[in-house]
Parts: sequence; C-alpha cells; structure tokens
Amino acid sequence: MMPASSYLALAAVLFTIGLAGVVVKRNVLVVFMCIELMLNAANLTFLAFARQSGNLGGHAIAFFVMAVAAAEASVGLAIVIAVFRTRETLQVDEVTSLKN
Amino acid sequence: MSDRAEVVIFWILAVPLVVAAAGVVVARNAVNAAMCLVAAFFCLAGVYVLLTAHLLAFLQVLIYAGAIMVLFLFVIMLLVTSGSAEPRERVKVMQVLGAAAAVGVGAVVIRAVIEAGALPMRTVGPEFGTVKAVGRLLFTQYLLPFEATSILLLVAIVGAVVVAKGKI
Repeated sequence: MMPASSYLALAAVLFTIGLAGVVVKRNVLVVFMCIELMLNAANLTFLAFARQSGNLGGHAIAFFVMAVAAAEASVGLAIVIAVFRTRETLQVDEVTSLKN
Repeated sequence: MSDRAEVVIFWILAVPLVVAAAGVVVARNAVNAAMCLVAAFFCLAGVYVLLTAHLLAFLQVLIYAGAIMVLFLFVIMLLVTSGSAEPRERVKVMQVLGAAAAVGVGAVVIRAVIEAGALPMRTVGPEFGTVKAVGRLLFTQYLLPFEATSILLLVAIVGAVVVAKGKI
C-alpha cells in the first residue's frame, strides 16, 4: 500500500494552489472556484486519514463538507449576481463600499 | 491491487490533477477555469477510489463535477459578457506578496507532512467506504448532523432565492 503521506502531500499542493488563486485572482467567480479547490483538498486529507486509520468517520465528515460546499456555492453565487446587478462588475477590488 | 499498480495509477491521476488545478488559477477566461476545475474534480474522484472511498468518489462526480459546476457555468453565462478574457493588467505588488505568502503556507504544510513520517495504511475489509457502510454510519452515529444538513440546504435554497431576487 502507498503511505498516507503521499496523499497528504497531494492535498497540500492542491490547497496551496487554491490559496494562491484566492489571493491573486481578481475575478470573483474564479476566487470561488479556488475556494472549492481548497475544500476539496481538505476532503482529500479527511479521506486519506480515514483510510490510514481504518475509521469511516472521515467519510462522514467529507460528506458533510460536500453539503456545506453546495450550500456555500449557491448562496455565494446568489450574492455575486446581486452585486453584479448594481455594480456591473465581477472584480473583487472594485466592490469597496464597506471600506472606510 | 498490487503495490506497483497503485503507485502508477496514483501518479497518472495526481499529475493531471495538479495541472488542472493550476489551470484554474492561470486561465484568463472564467469558462476555461471552470473546465479545468471539472477536470480536476474528475481526477480527484479517481484518487478517492484509490483510497477505497467509493461512495465519496461517486458523490464527487455527481455533486461537484455535476451540480456545483453547472451552477457555476450558468452564472458565468449570465454575467460574463463577450470578450471576457481578462485584459493583461500590470501585476500589483500585493498580488506578488499574496502569492509568496500562499507558497510559504504551502511549504509549512508540506514540511509538516514530511515530518509526520510515512504513515502506512492499515488493511481494511471489503466493506470499507461502500454505500452500505457509510450509510449505516450516517444514519446511526451521525444522524443529527445528517438531519441538520437538510436544514442547512433548505436555508441555502431560501437564502439564494431571496438574495438573488432583491437588490443590494
């Protein structure tokens, strides 16, 4: 069997890519996609540890993470649509009305 | 499955996975980013199968590559106007700093993984990760969180309708 550390390293790389995308990208939709990527990296970690310890609890948690991700995506995209209606923009650094 | 075959399949899945994930960040067009993300989700489902998480692999394809990405593509089609490729802008200092910070966080996490050692897998029975086993767990030990999930999804549906309908 492959050790769990290779899966964990893969999850770490995925998480880093997602984090870099969240920080660097300015299109709010792409930022959302990168958040999904980070959630998936967390799921991969849960599943790797579930397999490593032989405990199915990690699968249950990964299932709940998927449900939360679905809820987050629907509400987040609704907010994106609402903001786009009034601002006509998808750039994260142009929505600054809460600043100052 | 033999040890060697598992290593080969892992790399066959892991390399396209990382490439597709990088494509999400690099792509200039939101539709291309979404397509890269779908590819990444499919590769990830394969990795889940390697981890004998069959139910989760199935749900990954259904929920992520299916439902969530369709939602994303609909919103992209609604909002992104033609000629949507981002203009080549000057890279801001904050972006460079942010990318460096992200790489730093990644280095810390990978170092923690290396320090944890190899963590050999335990042998598991044929039931592990099947619909039956995970379902039984969800309906016994995790029954309350499972039912709470339905309320969460209901609130999300109502919230999405209310937010997208009104003006902010």
